[in-house]
Amino acid sequence: MDVNLIFQIAGLGILISVLNIILKQADKEEQAQMLTLAGVVVVLIMVVRLINDLFNMVRSVFHLF
Amino acid sequence: MEILYIVGFAFVVTVFAVLLRETRPEIALLLALGFGVLIFIMVLSKMGDIITVFRDLTHKAGIDDFYFITLLKILGIAYIAEFGAQICRDAGEGTIASKIEMAGKVLILLLALPILTAVLEVVVRLLP
Repeated sequence: MDVNLIFQIAGLGILISVLNIILKQADKEEQAQMLTLAGVVVVLIMVVRLINDLFNMVRSVFHLF
Repeated sequence: MEILYIVGFAFVVTVFAVLLRETRPEIALLLALGFGVLIFIMVLSKMGDIITVFRDLTHKAGIDDFYFITLLKILGIAYIAEFGAQICRDAGEGTIASKIEMAGKVLILLLALPILTAVLEVVVRLLP
């Protein structure tokens, strides 16, 4: 079981929160917004890869094609 | 004891999810999704062994393999639909979740139709 990926996602979330607070303090609302968007996309890509693994596995175990 | 491992891991993920839900709800959702997928993958690898045993039993009972494979397909569709619906419901999108469930039901009914017709044919043959 790949535990690292979950901790990567959690760490990324905390990092983005902190950076977002800093950017907001520095009056850079738009960049904070962009950072949020980029973070969500990166995490989404990671999760989508994982889901791809899952669906391939379900397909092979249950003979779905 | 794999269950201890899973529960410990789940606690850690829960703490992170609670931490992230206040500031970044979208990342908390993705975290829960990733955790769900990991657990699912782990359970599925065990499921493969169970299915092998059932396949052997089906062969011994002399039942057509087609019915068993249909059953497996239905099981797979049910698992995936349930998983997707739970994730959507977790994110507060009950409407999308119920649509997923509806699609799953229709697809399962479609797969079950050949079995239903087989049963009906048997009944018709038994009747004079």
